[in-house]
Amino acid sequence: MFKAIKERLKQGYRTIDFPRSLPVLPDRFRGLPTIDSSKCPDGCQACAEACPTDAITINGDVKLDLGRCLFCTDCQQACPEDAIAYSTDHRLAVRSRDDLVINGKSGLQLAQAIEEKSRRIFGRSLQLRQVCAGGCSACEADINVLGTVIFDLGRFGIHLVASPRHADGLIVTGPLTQNMKLALKKVYAATPAPKFVIAVGACAISGGPFAGHDEQNDGCDRIVPVDMYIPGCPPHPLTILDGILRLLGRIDEKKS
Amino acid sequence: MTPVAERVCITNAQPLALADVPVLSFDAFADELAEQMAQPTAEISALFGVPGGSQSLRVYAVISLASTGALTVMSTDVGDRYPALTPSVTQAHWFERELAEQWGVVPEGHPWLKPIRFHASYRNGHDAWGRAVGDKILPGVMPDGVDYFKVRGEEIHEVAVGPIHAGVIEPGHFRFQCHGEHVFTLEIEHGYQHRGIERRLVGGPDKRTMHYMETLSGDTSVGHATAYCQAVEALAGQEAPIRAQAIRAIALELERLANHTGDLGALAGDIGYLPTLSFCGRIRGDFLNTTALLCGSRFGRGLVRPGGVGFDLDEDRIQQAVDRISAAHRDVTGAVNLLWTSASVLARLENIGTVPLETIQALGLIGMAGRASGRDRDGRRDFPSGYFRFAQVPVAVWHSGDAFARAYVRHLEGQRSCRFILEQLPQLPAGDVRRSLSPMQADSIVVSIVEGWRGEICHVAITDSEGKFAHYKVVDPSFHNWIGLAMSLRDQEISDFPLCNKSFNLSYCGHDL
Repeated sequence: MFKAIKERLKQGYRTIDFPRSLPVLPDRFRGLPTIDSSKCPDGCQACAEACPTDAITINGDVKLDLGRCLFCTDCQQACPEDAIAYSTDHRLAVRSRDDLVINGKSGLQLAQAIEEKSRRIFGRSLQLRQVCAGGCSACEADINVLGTVIFDLGRFGIHLVASPRHADGLIVTGPLTQNMKLALKKVYAATPAPKFVIAVGACAISGGPFAGHDEQNDGCDRIVPVDMYIPGCPPHPLTILDGILRLLGRIDEKKS
Repeated sequence: MTPVAERVCITNAQPLALADVPVLSFDAFADELAEQMAQPTAEISALFGVPGGSQSLRVYAVISLASTGALTVMSTDVGDRYPALTPSVTQAHWFERELAEQWGVVPEGHPWLKPIRFHASYRNGHDAWGRAVGDKILPGVMPDGVDYFKVRGEEIHEVAVGPIHAGVIEPGHFRFQCHGEHVFTLEIEHGYQHRGIERRLVGGPDKRTMHYMETLSGDTSVGHATAYCQAVEALAGQEAPIRAQAIRAIALELERLANHTGDLGALAGDIGYLPTLSFCGRIRGDFLNTTALLCGSRFGRGLVRPGGVGFDLDEDRIQQAVDRISAAHRDVTGAVNLLWTSASVLARLENIGTVPLETIQALGLIGMAGRASGRDRDGRRDFPSGYFRFAQVPVAVWHSGDAFARAYVRHLEGQRSCRFILEQLPQLPAGDVRRSLSPMQADSIVVSIVEGWRGEICHVAITDSEGKFAHYKVVDPSFHNWIGLAMSLRDQEISDFPLCNKSFNLSYCGHDL
C-alpha cells in the first residue's frame, strides 16, 4: 500500500481546471472549420468535390455541414486559395441538426442549456448510458476517457452507468447499423423519462464515412429524438465535455 | 500435390501478376494447404472468395510462414457445395464460415457452420443456410438447422450477455453454458458492428477509401492505414520516402503504447486495483496527445496517406514529442510496476483464462494474445516492411498463456516501444515526407501485413484491368483471435469473464467491418 501511495505522490494531481480555464490544445488540432468565401475563385468546387462525405455545398455561398464532416484534411488540401481551414476552437456542440450547417460568416449556434425544470433534476447528478451502435471505438474511447483523472467527469456529478434503467440519458455513437437498430430502440424504451439523447460523432449524426450504406441508418436521429449533437471524428474529449456541460448550463461564456 | 518448384511465394508488400497465382484443382488446393499448414510457423493469413472463376467462386489462400517471411499464394474454384477444409486444417474454421456467409457456398463437413456477421449473402439466391432472398436476418439469431452450443442438465443455466454490455464498449453477444459459477463453454456471435465496408472498396480507391481504412477499427487507425497505403504503394511500384516510413513506424508504436497503457489500466480496474487504473487512464491520454502533436488527431487520422505521411515534423516538434514520451514512459513504468509487486493483483491474474500453445497454433491465434501463450511470432520481425526493415523492436513473448501473460506481454511491448520511439525520433532520416504515386498496376495481387497493436493486420488487394480494386480483403487480427477468448473461458468462473475479455481486448468492429 505504501508503494501505491508513493507512486501517487510521484504521479501528482492532474485534473484540469476546465471549464474555468482551457488546457492547451495541440497546434495541429482540427476544431471548428473556418471558411473565407471571399477567397474562392469563381466556379471553384474543389473542396466540395474532395470532401469524402459531401459535407460541403457551394451555391454562391460555401456551406459546410459539420454533422457530415470528418475533420479530415481533404478539403484544406484541395483548396487552391486557403479559403478553408481549421481553428483550434473545440466548442462544437449544438441542439439542433440545422445548427450544424455553417457558412463561415456567422458563428456556430452553440448548445443552449436544457430548461430550468430539467436542470434542477439533472444539473448536479446526471447518469448517462453509452450506446455503441456501430461506432469504430474512437468516439467511445474519447467518451470513456472523460472518466479518467484528467477530465474527471465524476466531479460534475456525471457518471456513465451500466444499465439504461439507471440512466437519465443516452450518449450514442456509431452510424446505427441495422444489426443495432432494435437494441437502440429497446435501450431508449428502457430508459425512464425524463430522458434525453446526445449523438456524438459524425457517424451518430449522419452516418459519417458510412453514409448511404444499406447496412446502417445514417445516424440515430430518425430512430430516437436527439437533444444534442456533438460533431467530430472523433470529437476531442473536451468537445464532448464542453457539450455535456453546456446542456446542463454549467458553461458560463462570460467566464470561460 | 504441388511440387515445391510450382509454389508461388511472395513477400510482404511485393505485388504479383494475378495470372501467376496458380489455380489448382480443389483436391490439389486442399492437399497443398494441409501440407503448408503442417509447418509449425505457418498461419492462414487470408482465405477468401472472389466471385468468378469456372464455378461459383474463386477461393484464394495466403499462407504466411514466419520462419522465412514467405507468403504462399494459391487459388481454386469451388461450386455451391465443396468439402470443408476445416476438418484437416483447423485454422480455416472462421474463414470458411465467412465464405459461407458472404457467398452462399456450403463447406460440407464444417464442424461449426454458423454465421459470423449476420448479413445477407452477396450472391442473390444463394444462402448457405437456405434462407430465402428477403428473409429477415436478425443478429444473434441462428438460422434454421443450427443453434448455439447447449449443455443439457437439471442444474445447467445459460447466460446471455449483449449486445449492450455494462461498460462503454462495442456490442457483441456472449452465450455461456454454466453450472453455478463454472463455465463449460462460451460462444461468441458478432455482426452488430457490420457497416459493409469491404464491398464498398471494390472499384476504388475513391475519396472515401482512406477514411474507411482509418475507421474500420478505430483504435487501430494507423495500423490499417499503413497496411492500405503499403498495398497501394506496392501496386504503384513505389515506396513512401524513408522519412515518411520512419514517421509511420513511430505512429504505429504510439498507437500500440496508447492501447497497451489503457488496457493495463482497465485490467487493473477489472480486478479492483484502482491506483494503476487511475494512472494509466491518464497516461494513455498522454500517448494519444503525442500522436495529436504529430498530426492533430489523437487517433492518428490524417497522418498515414498513400505516398507517405500527411504531416512533417520539425526539430521543435520532435523535441516536444521526445519530452512527452520520456515523461509518459517514466509514469507508465511506475504505474504498471505496482501490479507486478502486489501479490493480490497477481493472484487475480495468474492461471486465469489460460489458452495453451497447442490451442493457439491449432486455431491460428496471432499477435499479442499468441505471444502471451508462447507463440513467437510478430509481423515487425517476421514480415518486415517499411521502417521495420531497418530498425527492430525486440519481440515480447511469455509462456503461461493466462491473463497475467497477456498483461505482462503488453507491459514488455510498451517498454520496448517507448525505447524504439525515443531512439528513432532524434534520428529521423532527412527528406520529403510524401511523394505522388503512379497508377496501380493492373491485374495484380498484393498482400500487405502490418503488426497492429493486437496483432498482424493483413490486407489483400486485387486489381482489375484498369488498375482499380477488383477485390479488397481486410483481415483484422481480431478475426483470428475471438475464438481464443471463447476457449479461455472454458472451466473458468463466469465472474472472470470481464477480466478475460479485457485481457484480450479484441476489436468488434475490426471483425465485423
